[in-house]
Amino acid sequence: MSSNTIAIPALQVEEKPWIDTLHEWVTTVDHKRLGILYIVYGLMFLVVGGVEALIIRVQLMHSHNDFVSPQVFNRMFTMHGTTMIFFMVMPVLFGFANYLVPLMIGARDMAFPRLNAFSFWLTAFGGILLYFSFFGGSGLYGAGNAPDVGWWAYAPLGARAFSPGHSSDYWTLSLLASGFGSIGTAINIIATVLCMRCPGMKLGRMPLLVWLYLVMGGMVLIAITPLSAAQIMLLIDRYLGGHFFDTQAGGSAVLWMHFFWIFGHPEVYILVIPAFGFLSEIIPVFSRKPIFGYPVMVAATVAIGLVSTSVWAHHMFTVGMNSYANSFFAITTMAVGIPTGIKIFNWIGTMWGGRIQFKVPMLFCIGFLFQFLIAGLTGIIQATVPVDWQLTLSYFVVAHFHYVIVGGILFATFGAFYYWYPKVTGRMLSERLGKWHFWLFFIGFHMTFDVMHIPGLLGMPRRIYTYEPGRGWDTLNLIVSIGAAIQAIAILVFAWNLVISYFKGAKAGNDPWDAWTLEWSTSSPPPVYNFATVPAVASRRPLWDLKHPEDPDSQYE
Amino acid sequence: MQRVKNTIRTALHSLVFLFCWMSRAAAADFSTTVPTNIFSPQSTPARSIFHLSMFVLTITGIIFAVVCTLLVYSLSKFRASSANANSEPAQVYGSTQIELAWTIIPVLIVVVLFLATTRVLHAIQDAPMPANALQVTVIGHQFWWEYRYPQLGVVTANELHIPVSDPAHPMPTFLQLLSADTDHSFWIPELAGKTDLVPNHPNRMWMDPEHSGIFIGQCAQYCGTQHAKMLLRVSVDTPDDFAEWVREQRRTAVADERVAAGRQVFEATACVNCHSINGTMANGRFGPDLTHLMSRTTIAAGAALNTPENLRLWIQNPDAIKRGSLMPAMQLSKSDLDALMGYLETLR
Repeated sequence: MSSNTIAIPALQVEEKPWIDTLHEWVTTVDHKRLGILYIVYGLMFLVVGGVEALIIRVQLMHSHNDFVSPQVFNRMFTMHGTTMIFFMVMPVLFGFANYLVPLMIGARDMAFPRLNAFSFWLTAFGGILLYFSFFGGSGLYGAGNAPDVGWWAYAPLGARAFSPGHSSDYWTLSLLASGFGSIGTAINIIATVLCMRCPGMKLGRMPLLVWLYLVMGGMVLIAITPLSAAQIMLLIDRYLGGHFFDTQAGGSAVLWMHFFWIFGHPEVYILVIPAFGFLSEIIPVFSRKPIFGYPVMVAATVAIGLVSTSVWAHHMFTVGMNSYANSFFAITTMAVGIPTGIKIFNWIGTMWGGRIQFKVPMLFCIGFLFQFLIAGLTGIIQATVPVDWQLTLSYFVVAHFHYVIVGGILFATFGAFYYWYPKVTGRMLSERLGKWHFWLFFIGFHMTFDVMHIPGLLGMPRRIYTYEPGRGWDTLNLIVSIGAAIQAIAILVFAWNLVISYFKGAKAGNDPWDAWTLEWSTSSPPPVYNFATVPAVASRRPLWDLKHPEDPDSQYE
Repeated sequence: MQRVKNTIRTALHSLVFLFCWMSRAAAADFSTTVPTNIFSPQSTPARSIFHLSMFVLTITGIIFAVVCTLLVYSLSKFRASSANANSEPAQVYGSTQIELAWTIIPVLIVVVLFLATTRVLHAIQDAPMPANALQVTVIGHQFWWEYRYPQLGVVTANELHIPVSDPAHPMPTFLQLLSADTDHSFWIPELAGKTDLVPNHPNRMWMDPEHSGIFIGQCAQYCGTQHAKMLLRVSVDTPDDFAEWVREQRRTAVADERVAAGRQVFEATACVNCHSINGTMANGRFGPDLTHLMSRTTIAAGAALNTPENLRLWIQNPDAIKRGSLMPAMQLSKSDLDALMGYLETLR
C-alpha cells in the first residue's frame, strides 16, 4: 500500500457514449433540457413550414403557373398553417417558458417535471403524426395524402363525403395529441408560477415575462379545450355516425366555425402574449431603465386575456350572423386594441429618457414595435365590419395576420434568441451575423407582407393555387415571392449563427447584458439545480439591488 | 382642422386612384378579365363601405403617424452615446397621469369608430327589400355557381345577369345565398362586400349597380380542390338588354332536327345525370344547366372562354382546363364528339 490515492473515474463523464447522452435527453425531466428540446423541435418545424411557404410563393409568382398541382398547393397551405401555429410557434414559446420561468422566479424546476416531459413528448408525437399523413393519409380510398382542408378545416370540408381517406384524421389526431400536451404545459406553468416562487418574490415582483406566461397558461386552458372537444366531435362524425358538423345530415357548419374560432382567436393572443413578455424584458435592459408602468402592464395583459376570449366571431362577419352579433364582436375587437395600445405606449415610455443600446435583441424588438403597430391598425380596420366584408378571406387578411405572427411574434422571438442564447449555451451569438439576419429578414419581411396587402384590396382571395392574368396581381405577387426568398436567406444566416456561435462564440459569463432578473445571477449555462442557494428577492429587479446597493428598487416598492 | 381633414382625404383619394390606374394599366391587354378594386365602388353597399374605409384609414393613419413619430423620436433622441455609456439614466417607474391619458384617448377613438361602423353595418345588412327588387337564388357548388330567378323562371350558371339600378328609380337585386355542398363566398369587390354560402344556413346580400358592364369576382371561401377557378362574372345590363336576356333564357331549348344525332349522344350518355336541358329528358342538377349554354361567354365557371375548341377540350379532358373539377372526362369517340358539339352549339 504505497499510496492512498483513490482512482477517480472523473474523465469518464466527459467521454460518455453518445447513446447515453441521447438516453439522458430522451428521459430528461429537467426544465432546461425540455425547454431546449421544445425550441429545437420548433426550429425544425420552422424550416419545414418555411419550405412549404416557399413552395406556395413559387407557385403564385405569376398567373397560371403550374409549379405544383392544385391538390399539392392545397396541402401546402394547410400544412404550412397547421405546422407554423401548432408545431413551430407554440413549442418555441413553451420552450422559452420552460427554460425561463423557473429561473426567473428562483425555482429549481417546474412544479411537475414528469408532466413536463409527458407534455413535450405528446406535442412531439402530434407533429410526427401530422407529417406521417404524407405516407399514411391515403388510407383505403387512395385519396389524397396530407390534409388539404385548410388549417381551419371548415365543416363540411372535413366530413367524410368531402375528405375521404385518412388525411383529415391525421390532422385531427395530431391536434388532439399536441392539444393535450399544451394543456399539460399550461397547467405546469400556472402551478409553477403560483407555488414555486422564491422567498420575497410576491406576485407583484415577478418579472413581466413570468406574469405574461401566467396569463398565457390560463388562456391555453380556456382556448385549447374547445378545440380538443371539436376534434373529438369531428372524429365522432367521421367514425361513429355523428352529425355535429355533417351538413348533409342536418349538422351545422357554423357550429364548427364557432368552435374553431373560440379557440383560434385566443390562440393569437396565446402566441403574442409571450412575445409581449420578451419585449418587456429586453427593452428595459437595453434602455437601461425599469419597465414603465409595471402594474398597468400587468393589468393590460390580464385585460387582453379576458377581452380576447370574447372576440372570436370577428372571423365570421361574412357567415351571416345578425347585425347585433356583428356589432358586438366589432366593439369587443376594437376594445382589445386599448390595452394593446397601452402596452405599446409603455414600451415607448420605457425607452423615453433611457440610454438605448442598439444590440441585436433590441433591434428585433424595435422591429416588433413598428410592425405590431401596423398589424394592430390593420386589425382595427378589419374590426370595422362592413370594411371587413371586403377585406376578409382576401390577401389583405393574410398580410395582416402574417404581420402579427411574423412581424410581431417571430421578431420578438428572434430578439429572445439573441438575448437568452448566452444564458443557455454560455456563448454569445455573433453580433455581426445577427445584424445581417436582422436586416435581411427586415427587408424580406417588408417586401413580402407590405406588398401582400395590395392584391387583397384588388380582389385576390386567399387559398387560390393560381389566378387569371389581367387582374393586376402578377407583379405584386412576384415582389411578394422575392421577399419570401430573402427571408429564407435570413433564416439560413440565423441557423448558421446558432451553430457557429455554439462552438466559436465569445464566452458570455453570467450576465453579459448587465441585466436585472434572477436568471442572470447563476452561471451560463445554469447548473442542473439552477441556484446553489435559493435566492431571496426584495424588489422587481433583484440584480439591480445587488449592483446598486446605494439606490435599490426595494426602496420604492 | 377642416383643412387638415380635407388634405388627408385628398391625399388618400389620390393614392387610391393611382392604385386603380396602375392596376388597370397593368391589365390593359386582356379581354376576358378586368381588374377589380375595392376602392372603385359601383353600387350602394360597396360605396358605403368605401366611405367608411376612408374614414377608418384616416383615423388609423393619424394614429400611425403619432405613434411612429414618438417611437422614432425616442429612438433617435435617447440612444446611448460614448459620453453617457457608463452611467445609468434616471430610473422612472411610471406615471399615473400619463397612463390615464393614453387609456382614455384610445377609448374615445374606439367609441367613434364603433358608432361609425354600426351605422353602415345596419344600413347595409338590415336594408329592407323593396317590392320591385329582383330576387335571385345563388347556389354554390364545387366549383361553380347556380342562379335561379324565381320571379322570372330562369335558371342559369356562373354568369349572373342583373339590371342596372337607376338611382332615381332604384331596382336593387337581392341574392338568396345557399350551398349545395361546402362553404363558398360570393364576392364582387366593386358591387358589395362578400357573403358566405353556408350549407343549411341561408344568407342574403344585395346590390344596386349604377352602370352597365361586366364585373368580375370569384369564390372567396376555400371550398375544395378547384376553389381558385370558381370565378364569377356579373353582367349588369340596361333594362332593355336585361328584358331581352330574360326573354331568351325563358325559351325552351332549340330542337333542331339537323343536330338530332348530337342530341341523341347527349341523352344517351352520362351527361344527363348532371346537366339539364329544358325540353329534353336531361334534368340533372349536379352540374350547370345547359339550356342556353351558348349564351354564356365562358365555360367551367370562368376558367376558359366559351369557344368550340375549349368546349371540346372540356368535354374530353376537363383536367386540362380545371384539374380536379367534378366534370368527368367523357371518353367520346370522335364522331360522337363532333355530333355532340354540333348539338351544343345550337343551344343559344
